[in-house]
Amino acid sequence: MNWLAFLQDYTVQTVVTGAAILGMISGVLGTFAVLRKQSLLGDALSHAALPGICLGFLWAGSRSLISLLTGAFLVGSLGALAILLITRQSRLKPDAALGIVLSVFFAVGLVLLTYIQAQGGAGQAGLSSFLFGQAAAMQREDLWLMGGITLVTLSVIFALWKELKLISFDPGFALAIGMPVLALEVALTLMVALAIVVGLQTVGVVLMTAMLIAPAVAARQWVQRLEGMVLLSALFGVISGVTGATISAAAQGLATGPIVVLSATTIVLISISFAPQRGLVWASLNALSQRRSLRGRQVLLTLYGLSLAHDDPAYPSEKGMIDAYHNTKSLSTLRKLERQGLTRAVQHPPEPTPHWELTVEGLAAAETLAAELKGAE
Amino acid sequence: MLSDLLTNVDFLIIFTGALVGIAAALPGVFLVLRGASMLTDAISHSIVLGIVLVWFATGMRDGVIMTLGAGAAGLLCVALTEALARTGRVKMDAAIGLVFPALFSIGVLLINVFGRDIHLDQQSVLLGEIGLVWLNTVNIGGYDVPQAIVAVGALALLNSTFVALFYKELKLATFDTALAHALGFMPGLIFYVLLALTSVTAVASFDAVGAVMFVAFVIVPPSTALLLSDRLHRVIAIAVCVAIASAISGYWLALMLNSSIGAMMASMTGAFFTLAFLMGPRHGMIALAIARRGQRRDNDCRALAVHLHHHEDGYEAVTECTSDALHSHLRWSLPRTRRVVLQSLDRELILRQGTLLELTQKGRAMAREVIAP
Repeated sequence: MNWLAFLQDYTVQTVVTGAAILGMISGVLGTFAVLRKQSLLGDALSHAALPGICLGFLWAGSRSLISLLTGAFLVGSLGALAILLITRQSRLKPDAALGIVLSVFFAVGLVLLTYIQAQGGAGQAGLSSFLFGQAAAMQREDLWLMGGITLVTLSVIFALWKELKLISFDPGFALAIGMPVLALEVALTLMVALAIVVGLQTVGVVLMTAMLIAPAVAARQWVQRLEGMVLLSALFGVISGVTGATISAAAQGLATGPIVVLSATTIVLISISFAPQRGLVWASLNALSQRRSLRGRQVLLTLYGLSLAHDDPAYPSEKGMIDAYHNTKSLSTLRKLERQGLTRAVQHPPEPTPHWELTVEGLAAAETLAAELKGAE
Repeated sequence: MLSDLLTNVDFLIIFTGALVGIAAALPGVFLVLRGASMLTDAISHSIVLGIVLVWFATGMRDGVIMTLGAGAAGLLCVALTEALARTGRVKMDAAIGLVFPALFSIGVLLINVFGRDIHLDQQSVLLGEIGLVWLNTVNIGGYDVPQAIVAVGALALLNSTFVALFYKELKLATFDTALAHALGFMPGLIFYVLLALTSVTAVASFDAVGAVMFVAFVIVPPSTALLLSDRLHRVIAIAVCVAIASAISGYWLALMLNSSIGAMMASMTGAFFTLAFLMGPRHGMIALAIARRGQRRDNDCRALAVHLHHHEDGYEAVTECTSDALHSHLRWSLPRTRRVVLQSLDRELILRQGTLLELTQKGRAMAREVIAP
């Protein structure tokens, strides 16, 4: 199949649009989840959505998307409530609450899923595709639902922008100036549940967590401001969603979820390594050059100290002695300083060993350095 | 006798479930206390990749090499997560949520592509096939023992030996990491050994209960036990009992509903947790609500005593030391006023003189205690 024909394919268009919508909503909401250190909430809520999907199916008696997603949203919210209750009312740690809700709700979901499968009947076959996502099963009408949810969610975020920003960075201050912090947190959690609902068909319940976390973490590496982070995170979400959906649609039979997640993970790896300022590659290069120049400055100061001690600005210091001062070979550093015109190799007869002295420029540089150090003290 | 049991399918399935529960709950108690519950989630997902990779390398589906090799993938996931968090670019919880989905995705894709050869499909990764454990047996001393029972049983034995031998060290490292460190008990190493045991247990239990159900067995019975007791050895004992009870009840319920046995066993751990959460004798929500109500009533009686003490010698005593004043001045509702007065009478804190309320000696002492302790 050539690429043009592939992109004009009706199913492919649907799938790619769906994945783009998902990437947008999960990228935006993931930003808030990651900033508020609630990354794993999405993990618990997406697993908790599975029994909701099954109950929606049992209730509607068919695989109608709206009833499945309504069930997923309601039970997902119930999961959020359970997490809140366990965290507030018992002495268990928050992460235990997440783990309990995640595993128990998911287990109940699997009980219901296998129960439905054992009953047989039409339409149940597609339910297990919600586990790992099967974007190809998406219908054109589903896009309206997903798009509608996304539009509503994004409007709410736009309307509450200032408040959400404040509770993300300084919830204590928000509370002090009388903001309804709890209500805003509940609203954010419900919106995360909505984002998960949008992703259920494409990515599936098991891996939806990564779609919330990965784009936001990647975006954080490039920008410092919330506005930029939200936009970039949405963009990364769309890119990974579209990439994953396209690959999955082209290679028949591959689950969409894992491919989308791996695309998002790749973006994270690139961002963490190469983003300007925060990139690990730049940080380690910077550390390396710092270490190099530190060695050079140390050697320069040693030569300067020896020349002061001997009251001779061009005192020829023996190389072995410089090595001993620094407890290591210093020849490469001396050569580097020589290339910068700060030192030069000299002979000091009758001794046959190599000696080094400061040039005029080297002396000036060492004096500046010593003055700087003195100032720093 | 033994051969009867070994051909009894009901028994074999329940026994496997109980062994998984025991093997998982032992390290689980310490992991939950450490606040590492979600690391368990990460581990049990990432062993899927380990299982597929070891199968590629050796062609084996079970055995010691599989258990250790795939278990190493669980530890690798923990190490990668910690390395990512140490770069300072990503918080710990986000790091967990980045690493294990990636490893799990690779595993699922490989199963997607090569699944037919490895006899795994996506759904059994999540569910396990505990209902079929009796099909795959090994011969030990003339008996055909299900392979899963041998594997999980060995792990249950290993885990209980570890907990028994290092009970004191585990306790110290869990409750006072700094002291354990200072005394040279290497809490970090102990923690890693726990995670390693959890990883290999996850691999051994994988055929029976799959990747996600295992998380329920590690986290939920210990959490249930922590709501019921304050003593570590009792917590361990209760966790094991909850795991066994979940295996038994889950099996019969699953038969009744014709659903996945492993998932039903895991759901039952949740049912027991809910019970303990609501009805636990000291930390349950009902017990806490009763205790809070008792405290509220004690407080009301104290407030009444202080109010009377404050006004009893003044000219305003006639108007202030009456139940009407409590209603209009303290803004207590009528039923509340009535309840507090009756209770204070019962406790012999006050006496009624016509409409006037007077403090008794006991009531006055109580008021002084509140004002100037």
